[in-house]
Amino acid sequence: MNNLLSRRRLLVDGMLGAGMLALGGCDPLEQNADIDAVLRSAETLTMRAQRLLLRHRPLAREFSAADISPTFRVNGTQAPDSEEYAALRESGFADWKLKVGGLVDRPLALSLADLKKLPSRTQITRHDCVEGWSAIGKWTGVPLGLVLQAAGPQPAARFVVLHCADELEKTFDGSGRYYESIDLIDAFHPQTILAYAMNDSDLTVGHGAPLRLRVERQLGYKHAKYLMSIDVVDSFNGLWGGRGGFWEDRGYQWYAGI
Amino acid sequence: MNDKLRLPPRRSTILVRRHAVTTRVTHWLNVLCLSVLLLSGLQIFNAYPRLHWGQYGADDDPAVMTIGANESDGVSRGFVTIGSVSVPTTGVLGLSKTRDVWTPRAFPAWLTLPSEQDLAAGRRWHFFFAWLFVVNGFVYLAYGLQSGHFHRDLAPRRDELAPRHVWREIIDHARLRFPQGEAARRYNVLQKLSYVVVVAGLLPLMVLTGLTMSPGMDAACPVLLDIFGGRQSARTLHFITASLLVLFVVVHLAMVVLSGPWNNMRAMITGRYAIRQQEPDA
Repeated sequence: MNNLLSRRRLLVDGMLGAGMLALGGCDPLEQNADIDAVLRSAETLTMRAQRLLLRHRPLAREFSAADISPTFRVNGTQAPDSEEYAALRESGFADWKLKVGGLVDRPLALSLADLKKLPSRTQITRHDCVEGWSAIGKWTGVPLGLVLQAAGPQPAARFVVLHCADELEKTFDGSGRYYESIDLIDAFHPQTILAYAMNDSDLTVGHGAPLRLRVERQLGYKHAKYLMSIDVVDSFNGLWGGRGGFWEDRGYQWYAGI
Repeated sequence: MNDKLRLPPRRSTILVRRHAVTTRVTHWLNVLCLSVLLLSGLQIFNAYPRLHWGQYGADDDPAVMTIGANESDGVSRGFVTIGSVSVPTTGVLGLSKTRDVWTPRAFPAWLTLPSEQDLAAGRRWHFFFAWLFVVNGFVYLAYGLQSGHFHRDLAPRRDELAPRHVWREIIDHARLRFPQGEAARRYNVLQKLSYVVVVAGLLPLMVLTGLTMSPGMDAACPVLLDIFGGRQSARTLHFITASLLVLFVVVHLAMVVLSGPWNNMRAMITGRYAIRQQEPDA
């Protein structure tokens, strides 16, 4: 019995030791660029698999009014602190215009009133943060596809880049400014809307006034707030970190379907 | 003939083929995948250390479980709250030392991958090894069905499921009396049942509850939300199922050690398992 116990102790200690070594060894591994590239290969696989499963463009589940979260957490920027935004806010966004440009035949500048005159879509959907929490809210806005059609994307167009008014990280070169991008498949999905209302009232500053993106079927950080302009592009490689978004430049997946 | 009659009954050890090569390779790949998935999963959990039930759930909504830290009289404490019961866990859960500095974080640095708080990196590890885990699982599934491994080795026979037989095996296990000789060639019924629960229950449940947390998968396959009662319920079930797997691994390792660690390890590495054979008396 004594023998068994000591052998057991040896084995258990040995396994614990090996485990510790493995754990300690993972941090240097993590910083290795090759390992990172291998890990990132799974992101491509995930996107391809989900695109295959979503090829018939199903809708994200829409809930009933009874399912709406009693409180909807304000995440990311609480209020952009630029003077430009303060002035727009002061005037109730009467002077704000959404610029639509890039690879389009007819660049647009749309006021909030212009957007509200366009056909709208209302959807009660679940917002999923990459951290793990979820909140259900009711969103009203213009389908992004309608706006893009009005602008007339050129044949080279592949992505829609959304530029925002908020700086989530203070930097000298402006690389802390929030931006996001989606491809045309997601841009023309019927539930992808430029939302100006939440739970039947105008968007609050916390939730992205005057306009935010809703791209259901992807995680919260894709739903850019405080939209200022939309750029239709063939590539986002040259933009800031080159990965297509504020959080993407900081290591998060561009395709945020999981 | 005469010689043999004079000798007392002899016991000899023979090596039998215990595990097929597919079983062994998928087993060790599974060890790797589940280890990385657990540690990176705890990293992801740390980004929002609260579990809810239902379709939605965030800070102000009622929580099933919370791991956190609070401060009173200038002293910080770590705690775990399950339902209405709160347990102090300072040092391990809620509040622990990272590089000698007290840090509020749900699971401690030595239990997360990477050890620093880094959700983006945790997700990269998690999803890469989730794919490997799923592919490995399908290889094992295909092999198990095609080779008859499930039917032959894992499915309990009718007589093994008789309450009297199950009870006797429970007693034997409690006394650390493990099958010897011919009986050791096969899994006993408690082994069979626990492997079936893990292979057919817990592991698929991990994948399905994981996929239910994906907004893309919820659109592609909305029935997932109905099966698990919502994304937040699925997240809670993902955590509970992972905890049950950890429990299984603890018991599994204890059994490996208690029933002959070297023989068991050799069997899962080389495929050969030693059993003592009682030679026929004459």
